[in-house]
Amino acid sequence: MSASSTPRARISTRAFTLWALGIALVISTAVSIWASSSPDGLEFVAGAFGFDESAAASATSGSPLADYSVVGLDGNWLSVLIVGVVGCAISFALAWGLGKLAKRRA
Amino acid sequence: MHVPDGFLSVPVSIATGVVAAGAIGLALRNSRAELLDDRKAPMVGIVATVIFATQMINFPVGAGTSGHLLGGALAAVLLGPWTAILALSAVVIVQALLFADGGLTALGTNITLMGLVTVTVSWWVFRGLIRVLPARRWSLAVGAAIGGLLSVPASAIAFVGLFAIGGQVAVPLGPVLTAMIGWHTLIGIGEAIITGLIVAAVLASRPDLVYGAQFQRSAPAAMTEAVPT
Repeated sequence: MSASSTPRARISTRAFTLWALGIALVISTAVSIWASSSPDGLEFVAGAFGFDESAAASATSGSPLADYSVVGLDGNWLSVLIVGVVGCAISFALAWGLGKLAKRRA
Repeated sequence: MHVPDGFLSVPVSIATGVVAAGAIGLALRNSRAELLDDRKAPMVGIVATVIFATQMINFPVGAGTSGHLLGGALAAVLLGPWTAILALSAVVIVQALLFADGGLTALGTNITLMGLVTVTVSWWVFRGLIRVLPARRWSLAVGAAIGGLLSVPASAIAFVGLFAIGGQVAVPLGPVLTAMIGWHTLIGIGEAIITGLIVAAVLASRPDLVYGAQFQRSAPAAMTEAVPT
């Protein structure tokens, strides 16, 4: 790695990747337990002005992972763990795949 | 900020779907120039994963309201704007299909609001700011943070614009706009803090992986000078 033309890398690519994905997994599987369950900005405003009633259930609301909760696990720690791991893995795979697709396009 | 099904009319949902699909098509073509060598790091996947995880953390922003990172500024500065659109679209698609977060007919709307609007606004704010801020490394984190701060209310304004055209309930648009901007400016402060911290962390460990750094005035010389090792 040429340190003269580019700023110096302090850690290896492998270490960087493992750290970043590891932190993402810890955030999604552990820290997320303490996430605020208050309505978000849009939900709050929709409720205040009464247009929340026009919301319809998504066609995917029957998904076994709907609302970040595994069906049958009632939102317990195992549910949070599964949701975090699956969500991170599939997000990584889809984005990585799109990146690959972009590079392959001639 | 995830728009559910039913909020917006079918024509508006179709229109945003076309916009989102077109933008992803353009991004697939234009991101090639931004993409790093795969041996360096699978950065698109990493950034998408970090944004997915971070979006699971709703932080409180006041009386009974919360918000989460949108990630437009973070993705744009780390990956480049076109690649950022790919990463954010991946996150929004996973959330809608797997977790029923954000509607299915609203998928185009959500990609438009949380991907296209946030990336466009934050990228140009970032580019403008690093032109006027000192040519030091921290300027990149500050530029990303302020880009993130402004991108959230911008996304909220865009939502109200869509709602003015295709909202399914008659509401007083002025007060809705005020409320949306107010809450999302508060959420934007959280966006700014998270974005600034993550960009600073990447700059400290792997500055070569920060796409936006190349646009800084006299970037390489100034940056090695600023951080003697």
